[in-house]
Amino acid sequence: MDGAMGLLGGGGGGGSSGGSTDGSMSTVSKAEVVEQDYVGLMSEVSSYPAEAELELGLGLSLGGAMKAKPCAWREYGRILTAKDFPSVVSRGSSASSSSSSGRGTSTTAITGTKRTADTVAQDVGHANGASQVVGWPPIRAYRINSLASQVKASTAEEDDHSIFGNDKNKNSAKKDTNNSNNKNNSNIQEKGCRRSSLFVKVNMDGVPIGRKVDLNAHSCYESLAQTLEDMFHRPTTTVNANRSSGEKEHNLMVEAAKSSRLLDGSSEFVLTYEDKEGDWMLVGDVPWGMFLNTVKRLRIMRTSEANGLAPRFQERDQRQTPAPRLRGSKPI
Amino acid sequence: MAYSFPEEVLEHVFSFIHSDKDRNAVSLVCKSWYEIERWCRRRIFVGNCYAVSPRIVIRRFPEVRSVSLKGKPHFADFNLVPEGWGGYVYPWISAMAEAYPWLEELRLKRMVVTDEALELISRSFKNFSALVLSSCEGFTTDGLAAIAANCRNLKELDLRECDVDDRSGNWLSHFPESCTSLVSLSFSCLEGEVSFSALERLVSRCTNLRALRLNHSVPLDKLPNLLRRAPQLVDLGMGAYTAELRPELYSRLGNAFAGCKGLKSLSGFWDVVPSYLPATYSVCAGITFLNLSYATIQSPDLIKLIRQCRNLQRLWVLDYIEDSGLNALAASCKDLEELRVFPSDPFGQEANVSLTEQGLVSVSEGCPKLQSVLYFCRQMTNAALFTIARNRPNMTRFRLCIIEPRTPDYLTLQPLDAGFGAIVEHCKDLRRLSLSGLLTDLVFEYIGTHAQKLEMLSVAFAGESDLGLHHVLSGCKSLRKLEIRDCPFGDKALFVNASKLETMRSLWMSSCSVSFGACKLLGQKMPRLNVEVIDERAPPDLRPESEPIERLYVYRTIAGPRLDMPGFVWTMGDEKSATEFS
Repeated sequence: MDGAMGLLGGGGGGGSSGGSTDGSMSTVSKAEVVEQDYVGLMSEVSSYPAEAELELGLGLSLGGAMKAKPCAWREYGRILTAKDFPSVVSRGSSASSSSSSGRGTSTTAITGTKRTADTVAQDVGHANGASQVVGWPPIRAYRINSLASQVKASTAEEDDHSIFGNDKNKNSAKKDTNNSNNKNNSNIQEKGCRRSSLFVKVNMDGVPIGRKVDLNAHSCYESLAQTLEDMFHRPTTTVNANRSSGEKEHNLMVEAAKSSRLLDGSSEFVLTYEDKEGDWMLVGDVPWGMFLNTVKRLRIMRTSEANGLAPRFQERDQRQTPAPRLRGSKPI
Repeated sequence: MAYSFPEEVLEHVFSFIHSDKDRNAVSLVCKSWYEIERWCRRRIFVGNCYAVSPRIVIRRFPEVRSVSLKGKPHFADFNLVPEGWGGYVYPWISAMAEAYPWLEELRLKRMVVTDEALELISRSFKNFSALVLSSCEGFTTDGLAAIAANCRNLKELDLRECDVDDRSGNWLSHFPESCTSLVSLSFSCLEGEVSFSALERLVSRCTNLRALRLNHSVPLDKLPNLLRRAPQLVDLGMGAYTAELRPELYSRLGNAFAGCKGLKSLSGFWDVVPSYLPATYSVCAGITFLNLSYATIQSPDLIKLIRQCRNLQRLWVLDYIEDSGLNALAASCKDLEELRVFPSDPFGQEANVSLTEQGLVSVSEGCPKLQSVLYFCRQMTNAALFTIARNRPNMTRFRLCIIEPRTPDYLTLQPLDAGFGAIVEHCKDLRRLSLSGLLTDLVFEYIGTHAQKLEMLSVAFAGESDLGLHHVLSGCKSLRKLEIRDCPFGDKALFVNASKLETMRSLWMSSCSVSFGACKLLGQKMPRLNVEVIDERAPPDLRPESEPIERLYVYRTIAGPRLDMPGFVWTMGDEKSATEFS
């Protein structure tokens, strides 16, 4: 079979002969070309009539069953963190009855995130540097995390020392590292916040497919929670490129424009994490920097399963030390 | 004319033929050669685990001893393939457990490996000797413990950049005291601690150990003892290379290294304290591979170390080396064949180090054997690329990553089409190329015209229209793998070159302009391709057909559409193919 035969009837070479930059193959004329060549295949030029009513199955069910499963997620499916607990269990139960399985009409449209190449180009062009784009620069997560943990070890150590006044780091070699790294890499730290990726796995109960989230793209629990809501509700390929309302000098910070519904709403889900010692903790207990230092992975857990994690603590503001271990009694 | 060559003779002759390509050619000569060859083939390599099924492989090659499998597409390394896409090895293991009881070697890359799979491996193959897992995930140290405990003749256990759930360090203790067969043990990607005493005993009794790559939990003060027990080491991956400055440790380390006269490869170097580097100097003259890509040390220290390694052939390093370090490299290491420079601060807005295109030019001038380059930088010029191309027509792998997408030549502000054009024009043996910077359709015309040996091309944020993709698909005769992200390429080039896709292993396109309708048509018309639409939004048939999909993965296959897809992957033309292959 002649390798040059394409799917189009005749003239497999199409508009490629000769001119390279004249309009024959440009995207401007593509629409016409498409219409001629898609014999029998109507290309719908109109844009998103159905999207407003599109009901997003969110992948909670797989395959064909996804068709009509709506998700009133945005209203009901907020992720709880530790902050919610003192006030709220009753709100959680009333919400859970109407979440996830109903065919509610309060659907959530996909809000204008048609990911054409043009849109992507704009995002990248306007974004503050390469850091906004998933998978770019093309460096394996393993390598990024390794670098991050070396730099992070030195900065987090300083945090720990200042806040808690004790050395929570068990590995004395690591401690020496920090001293020597500080000397050797001081020029790095002078230049301000170094942003590298720290991807951790996120699984949500009831969703077979896990995701990964870059914790270093956030500076606070609110923005992380917002991202997770989006991710498990309406995942896109670029990380919050559209939502960056508060870009400042730290290019990876995504500031939540308002207090995230994550933390003040009610939900049948709770955000938890597994720490380095293998315990599952509620997210939100500890200072952000300390959380970064100890988190291994996240899990969006059903509230019903998270009962054992309800912390026993007083008002958050008064707390100077991290919350006690929730299972087991190892001091920090 | 009677054909009277006995089969045994032919088989004996074939036993000297090892390369897959040659064996494939042999099997096409005639039916009897096909038959003889398939019974004596011992190694198979499957570049895409979905291109063929275990059943088909086993049916054709009944006496295999070594299997290599690759799963996910390359861009999975950069989080572009959602978790759960596929690449499960268990079905292969389960089929081979019955069919290949004498299997010895398994090499897996980008596959999902579970503890169940590892346990099954450890119980099913009595002569199992080598397990190499690269960029794999899905297993824990419990699975490793099963391998250690049950594989009596294990020679090689290599974990390279795997994502392992580290439950405890005890897996190492599962090697029985009777195990003395290890030749290669590599666990640098594990995060947790291992039992030192178990490690030391293991190293002591495995006198054939040639390669040992530790993880960063092994502290520096344990290293001298390990090295003294294994002076025959050829490949060493150190753990954390850091400690308080203690003269006694330094001299023990120096003596230990001096005892390893055969050392050729050094890696690890996490958390490096420069003062300890000179302890390695005694072996540096023999070192051919130096992996400093995790070493956050500065250029002056790097230069001192590199100057000791006069016979260096491969260097992986962070961009802390800077142009000055690369100049020193070019002056000292005339045997250099491969250079990889990784970014120390990939997400920073500005350059944190003084590494520019000059460093690469310098190495291309000073190192006549340089043929493989991976270079992350923030600026480039067409002139530099011209120079590199003219200096090194022997280049076979050239991957340039300018960190900011669409960066032009910083002197002329022009696209880098001409520079990359020079690369493909001068480097006639180029097999692998990765592009970056500002690029129009013109660069693809150059590539399609000149890159006749190119097998793998990676493209990001480049091109202007379908013409670019068309140039590549219609021009590059040897193309096997094409991966594209964020380029304005769409349907037309795919249709026109549809049959080209059957000559390639795979095509990946994400965040481009390929419509769902085009994918459906492609899938229907090309039954020997799996056209996978990977889209995490709602099912694509709920959307307008002209709307672009998120990701497209097309690969040739004789196994038909796969059956293990998650909810966000659809194979196009499925209904038709399903009946054909049922």
